[in-house]
Amino acid sequence: MKKVLAVCGLGQGTSLILKMNIEQVLNEQGVQAEVEHVDVSAASSMTADLIVTSRELAQNLQNQETRVVTVQNFFDVEEIRSALQEHL
Amino acid sequence: MAFLDASLIRLKETISEPQAAIRSAGRLLRESNYVEARYVEAMVAAYEQHGPYFVISPGIAVPHARPEDGVIRPAVSMIQITKGIRFGSKANDPVYLIFALAADSNQHHLELLQKLSRLLGKEENIIRLKKATTLGEIQNLLKGDSI
Repeated sequence: MKKVLAVCGLGQGTSLILKMNIEQVLNEQGVQAEVEHVDVSAASSMTADLIVTSRELAQNLQNQETRVVTVQNFFDVEEIRSALQEHL
Repeated sequence: MAFLDASLIRLKETISEPQAAIRSAGRLLRESNYVEARYVEAMVAAYEQHGPYFVISPGIAVPHARPEDGVIRPAVSMIQITKGIRFGSKANDPVYLIFALAADSNQHHLELLQKLSRLLGKEENIIRLKKATTLGEIQNLLKGDSI
């Protein structure tokens, strides 16, 4: 199963919103994946298939081998759908 | 659990500085006893340490801290800012609506975030929240939108 990390500064509120909306998109598309919400420092030491975060935090994850995609609007399911499309 | 109850909403705030805006949204949570005073300062500290990562949608900031920073009961408050504030988010400044989250670690917390996500997932709702001049308009929106 693929693993996706939803990342924010604290790994609490905002990454959880992102995780919920990522799961909604994956469910619609019938993609099986485990989505975990974590803070940016935890994310940099984890392995996953994909990291989803904001543009600002993505700069802190550049040394990572995992691919990082950025989302401007965490509430916009359409944007999340097209961000994920190329990678999952 | 409280989602934008009347005591948790303040309109037409004329603040111009991010920390003051976070404190103003946090004060609503504090005054209704959803969080301890230290939670409000933890939200400000999170901004100062980690930057504006919680400005997660154009014009919208969702400041929060950790459950262990002093959440008493889960809730979401909102302040509407008349003149947008710059938090330093390249993608989503200026901010007009601030939703302070008091999140604990149980299921209610998820329900609150789902409500917020449904509310803010629709552009027309955001426009109405930004333009609202009375509490009644916001309450009608919350009632009508099956949130």
